[in-house]
Amino acid sequence: MLEFIISKYNFWFYVVLMMIGLFAMLAKRNLVKKLIGMNIFQTAIILFYVSIGVKKGSVHVPIIIGGHGHGVQLIHAADYLNPLPHVLMLTAIVVSIATTGVALAVMILIYNRYQTLNEDEIIHIRQARQEAGV
Amino acid sequence: MPQQFPALIIVIPLLAALLTAPLGALSRRLCYPWLVLIMGLTLCLALAIIGQVINSGPISYHMGGWEPPWGIEYKIDQLNALMMVLITGAGFLGALYSGPSFEQELPGRQTLATTLYFLMITGLLGIVITGDLFNVFVFLEIASLSGYGLIACGSADAPLATFRYIIMGTIGASCYLLGVGYLYISTGSLNLADLHNLLPQLYHSRVVLTAGALMLVGISLKMALFPLHAWLPEAYYEAPSAISGVVAPLYTKVGGYLMLRIIYNLFEPRFFIEIFPITTILSWAAVCALLIGSIYAIAQKDLKKMLCYSVIAQVGYIVLGIALANRAGFTSAILTIVNEVCTKSCIFLATGAIIYRLGNSRIDNLQHLYRRMPLTMLAFTVGVFSMVGIPPTCGFFSKLYLLFGCVAAGQWSFIVALLLSTILNVIYFFRVIKAACFEDPQPDYSRTEDYPQVEVEEVPAAMLIPILIAASAIVITGLGSHWIIINIINPMIPVGF
Repeated sequence: MLEFIISKYNFWFYVVLMMIGLFAMLAKRNLVKKLIGMNIFQTAIILFYVSIGVKKGSVHVPIIIGGHGHGVQLIHAADYLNPLPHVLMLTAIVVSIATTGVALAVMILIYNRYQTLNEDEIIHIRQARQEAGV
Repeated sequence: MPQQFPALIIVIPLLAALLTAPLGALSRRLCYPWLVLIMGLTLCLALAIIGQVINSGPISYHMGGWEPPWGIEYKIDQLNALMMVLITGAGFLGALYSGPSFEQELPGRQTLATTLYFLMITGLLGIVITGDLFNVFVFLEIASLSGYGLIACGSADAPLATFRYIIMGTIGASCYLLGVGYLYISTGSLNLADLHNLLPQLYHSRVVLTAGALMLVGISLKMALFPLHAWLPEAYYEAPSAISGVVAPLYTKVGGYLMLRIIYNLFEPRFFIEIFPITTILSWAAVCALLIGSIYAIAQKDLKKMLCYSVIAQVGYIVLGIALANRAGFTSAILTIVNEVCTKSCIFLATGAIIYRLGNSRIDNLQHLYRRMPLTMLAFTVGVFSMVGIPPTCGFFSKLYLLFGCVAAGQWSFIVALLLSTILNVIYFFRVIKAACFEDPQPDYSRTEDYPQVEVEEVPAAMLIPILIAASAIVITGLGSHWIIINIINPMIPVGF
C-alpha cells in the first residue's frame, strides 16, 4: 500500500491540491478566496502535466546538440525528458493568468456595486434592493 | 488560395480583433462597419469551405506544414463545415444587429466590445475547426474568456453572474484539460484521428475510462447540461442584448458539438454503450434537463429569463439525441443544433429588440406588441413555432427524428418526457403570445373609442433585418432539412450504425 502511494506520489500531490482548490471554490463565501481556489485548481493540473514529462532513466533536458541542421547525430529518445507537456503548460499558464485577470476585473465591478466581496452579503443586498424596487 | 481557407477563417477574425483598437481610436463609428465587413467575409469563407467539403470530401490542413499526429491538424469534415457556417452566420447576424444595440447599451465602449466579439468568434470557430485536443482547450478558453468579458458589460448585476460563470467555466475547462492529459499519458498523442485509432486497444484501461468521464463532465459544465446548469440563466439574462443573441445560440451548441465529437469520433460509440455505459446517465440527465428547464421556464415572469431556461431545456434535446447512440438520434442531435442556432438567434434578437423599445422584457409589459412591432413579433412567432415543433420549421424535423431515435432505442419513458416537454413548451411560449396579442389594460372592446391607439414603432432596420433573416433561416433549414441530412449528416454517421 505504502509503495503504491509513494510510487505515484506526483498524482497524489495533484489530487490533494486540486481538492483544496475545489473546496475553496465551493465552500468559501469570499469571492477573492474563491478566485484563489480556482488558481490552486488550475495550478494542480499544470503540475500534473509537468510531472508526466518525466521518464524513467531520462536524465537530459531536450536541448539537442547538433540540432537545427548542424550535422545529423543519432539521438536516443529515451534519454530525454518529454518536453511536450511542458510546452502545453506554457499555454495553460497563459490561459490561467488571463482567467485570473478577467475575474479580478469583474471583481472590481462587483465591489463598486455592492461595497463588499462576501457572497452572502451581496445576496442580502440584492434582495433588499429588489424589495425596494431599485 | 482556396486551400488556405481553413487557416484564414481563424486568422482573419483574430487579426481583425487586434486591428480594432487602432481603428476605434481613429473613430468609434468605424467599428460597426468593420465588424459587419469582417463577419461577412468569414461567413463567405465558411460557405466556400462547406462547398469544398460537400463537393470533394473532408479537408485536412496542416498548420505550419507540420504533419499530423505531431503538428496541429485542422480537419474539416461535413459536421465542422456546418458548424462553421452556423457560427459565422449567427455571428454575422449579431454583428449587423450590434450597431444600434451597442449604441444604446454600451455607449462609448463599442471599440472594446467589437474586439471581444471578434475574439469570441475566433474561439468558437477554432473549437470546431481543430483536430487537436489541446488546441480545443485553448480555443475553448479564448471563446469563454471573451464571453465572460462581453457578458460582464451587461446590466448592473452582470458582474456577479459573470463571476459565477467564470468559476464554473474554469472548472469545466480544467476537467477537460485533465481528461486530455490522461489520454496523453496512455497514448502519447493529442490528434483526434490518431487517438481514434490508438484508443480501441486501451478501452479497458482505467486511465482511459477516467479520461472519458473527465472530458464529458467538463464539456457538460460548459454546455450547462442539467444538473450543471445553475450558472447559465443569470449570466445570459444579464448580458447585453446583442451579446446574448450570439452567446445563447452558439456556446451551448458548440459544447454539444464537442460532446458529439468525443463520443463518436474520439472514442467509438460502443465504448460508451458497452464498456463504460455513460450514455445511460447522459440520457437521463438530458431528460431531466428538458423537463426541469421547461418547468423553470414556466415559472419565470420575464421573457428573457424564460428563454434562458429554455436554452437549458434545449441542451437536453441535443444530449438526448447524442446519448441515444443510434442513427436517428445522431441525426436529431445535429438537426437540433442547426435548429437551435437559427431559433435561439431569432428569438433572442427579437427579445433584444423588445427590450430596445420597452426597456425591459417583463411578460406583463408586452401588451399590444403585435401592433407596435408587427415584424419583430412575426419573427418571434416563427421562432416559437420552431421551438414547439410545428412543421415546416426545422424544430419539427429535429423533434421527429428524436422521437424516431427513442422508438428505435425502445425507450418509451423518454418519449413520454419528450411529449410532456413539448406541451410545456406550448404553455410557456403561448403565454407570451397571449400577453402580446390578446391582453389589454382596459379589456373593454365594446366601444371603439376606448380601443387604445398604438403606433407602429419597429426597431431600426439594422436590428430588424437580422431578426427577419434568422426567422427565414428557421423555415429554410426546415424545408431543406432533407438536403442537410443527405449531404451533411449521412456522411458523418459512423460505420456500422
